[in-house]
Amino acid sequence: MRFNDTQMREAYRRMLRIRKFEEEGTRLFKAGKIPGAFHASIGQEAAIVGACMALRDDDMMTGTHRSHGHPIGKGAELQGLMAELMGRKTGICKGLGGSMHLADNSVGIVGESAIVGGGIPLATGCALSAKVRRTSQVALAFFGDGAVNQGTFHESINMAALWRLPVIYFCENNGYAITTSVERSHAQPSIAKRADAYGLPATVVDGQDVAAVYEATCRAVQRARRGDGPTLIEAKTYRFDEHNVGLFVPHPYRPAEEVAEYKKHRDPLALFKRVLANQGVRDDELRAIEEAVSAEVAQAIRFAEASPAPDPATMFECLYSHPIGHPAMMPSGSPAESQ
Amino acid sequence: MSAAVENPNARPQARMSYLEALVQAQIEELERDERVILMGEDIAVYGGGKLVERFDASRIWSMPISETSFTGVGIGAALTGLRPIVDLSIASFMYLASDQIINQAAKLRFMTGGQVEVPVVFRCCMYYGSSIAAQHSDRPYPLFMNVPGLKIITPTSPADIKGLLKSAVRDDDPVLIFEDTKLWPLKGDVPTDPDYLVPIGKADIKRPGNDATILAIAGAMRPALEAGTRLAEEGISVEIIDPRTLKPLDTHTLLESVAKTGRVVLVENAHRMANASAEIAALIVEEAFDCLKKPIVRLSAPDLHVPFSPALEERFYPTTDDIVAAVKQLL
Repeated sequence: MRFNDTQMREAYRRMLRIRKFEEEGTRLFKAGKIPGAFHASIGQEAAIVGACMALRDDDMMTGTHRSHGHPIGKGAELQGLMAELMGRKTGICKGLGGSMHLADNSVGIVGESAIVGGGIPLATGCALSAKVRRTSQVALAFFGDGAVNQGTFHESINMAALWRLPVIYFCENNGYAITTSVERSHAQPSIAKRADAYGLPATVVDGQDVAAVYEATCRAVQRARRGDGPTLIEAKTYRFDEHNVGLFVPHPYRPAEEVAEYKKHRDPLALFKRVLANQGVRDDELRAIEEAVSAEVAQAIRFAEASPAPDPATMFECLYSHPIGHPAMMPSGSPAESQ
Repeated sequence: MSAAVENPNARPQARMSYLEALVQAQIEELERDERVILMGEDIAVYGGGKLVERFDASRIWSMPISETSFTGVGIGAALTGLRPIVDLSIASFMYLASDQIINQAAKLRFMTGGQVEVPVVFRCCMYYGSSIAAQHSDRPYPLFMNVPGLKIITPTSPADIKGLLKSAVRDDDPVLIFEDTKLWPLKGDVPTDPDYLVPIGKADIKRPGNDATILAIAGAMRPALEAGTRLAEEGISVEIIDPRTLKPLDTHTLLESVAKTGRVVLVENAHRMANASAEIAALIVEEAFDCLKKPIVRLSAPDLHVPFSPALEERFYPTTDDIVAAVKQLL
């Protein structure tokens, strides 16, 4: 399964959307317009987009605290995501999730878990659900290299292999769990090898090569849809920024040369741009995509900035599907009452 | 959830145990709605053999010993069109599952701004009082009462477990059922109507009275009812309230009773510190202080782990004698 001409351009568009969204987001975060913590996906765009483009719109997905790229990769609109980052009423999660939880259910995301490894069992459950409901949907769990040391990874891949669930375990291995390298935290550093112990196939793929990621994920998706069960994909990637923007790092944990080397020679956008040129995509076409994406991001920022803060009543409305004695049970002086 | 109905006397009934009612409720819900599935450890052998014989493997999932993750699997299935009943076997195992219950099930609807629903039921059995020592004997519902987004029920009669379990399955929010295994053998009349529901969030007056209010939770209901009978023989009329749902609490029924009696004994088998009675006592003091004729009395297990030796565990939980004495102390 190789990208056709349309998919190739779409892959570039989505990678670029992530890049520009994150660049602008970083700028807004530093300017104090985005509260909380900001975990950028810059450097990891090819892994995300290659995986997402192998999925159908109705396929299900879970992600991580580094959550901005996942919905964009799956095709979500940007304005609700940017409004969420700014904590606005029009945010995709109505201002209740924020940067680590940009889940857009309209593109199949059921949750972005900031508890490391927390989304892995959920995706496994989505796959079990597809099997019980006899649909042809698959589920994909994004997680990092740190998450494979959580019990949820081991427990979940065991169950998925046991029952041949239609799920893809997609590890964005960027080499570092915050500041702890794979070498310092994994007794056996190959993440793909861990699949052997549970009887499922694994692939290692260059996570900076969007076409390679797409092809590897397509094979895993086909296998899952055939009813042959799960696959573990280890995409070797790299994060260009710190764990989160502005993180104080008192002691260097990765060599400056390593970061520079990745930025210079392993930038997934630059690499794919070269591929596109070799495939005969013209410069003016690429420029048109770049301009369109810049305009989309700018529009998303305008939309977010023009949006009001959430109404405190939203908090109470979103807690339960069937509130019982709620919010009547709110203590006096709570924010909803003081409105 | 469809409109709940509750009037057991007006319907055909069958006499059965609490455990039988629990199995029947699950069978009826599995038959009624194909989205309902059952997940848990060893359920192919235990957990009601009747269920395994009736339904195919896609409805009944025997899980490996991976409480954290199979809890998450149940939540993932609930997020995508199924209505799982996750049997956590022994309530003390919930500590392993608690990250998924608290950080995912309870929070996902909220954190996604209402984009997703989590219609999952967790069965948590409290097996204390039989010398299985501290790691198997906990009654952990007070911990979960402090988690927004959950609903928590503690039915005490066969009719209530059937009606409340069915309401829980039909509810679109995560519901924890704390079954007290002291109640499993208890027999009672249970409506046979497959649509018999007991609403979540509604307390029940198990015995009406005027002199004092006894609120008893889960397994504490049995000694409370015995105490009610004994006190009646001495001419003392107590009102016995079963909250049935601990989250959200039916404050109306409770406060009405307090307004009537002015004397309150709260009984439960969880540890004393920050237990359900602590919240209920605070609520009564906040809302009905003027009605109280005497200070509230709380009876519970001490702030100690459950001991193994029967000689020690025998006196660990409030007894009928303790409840009778507490009521008399208030009069």
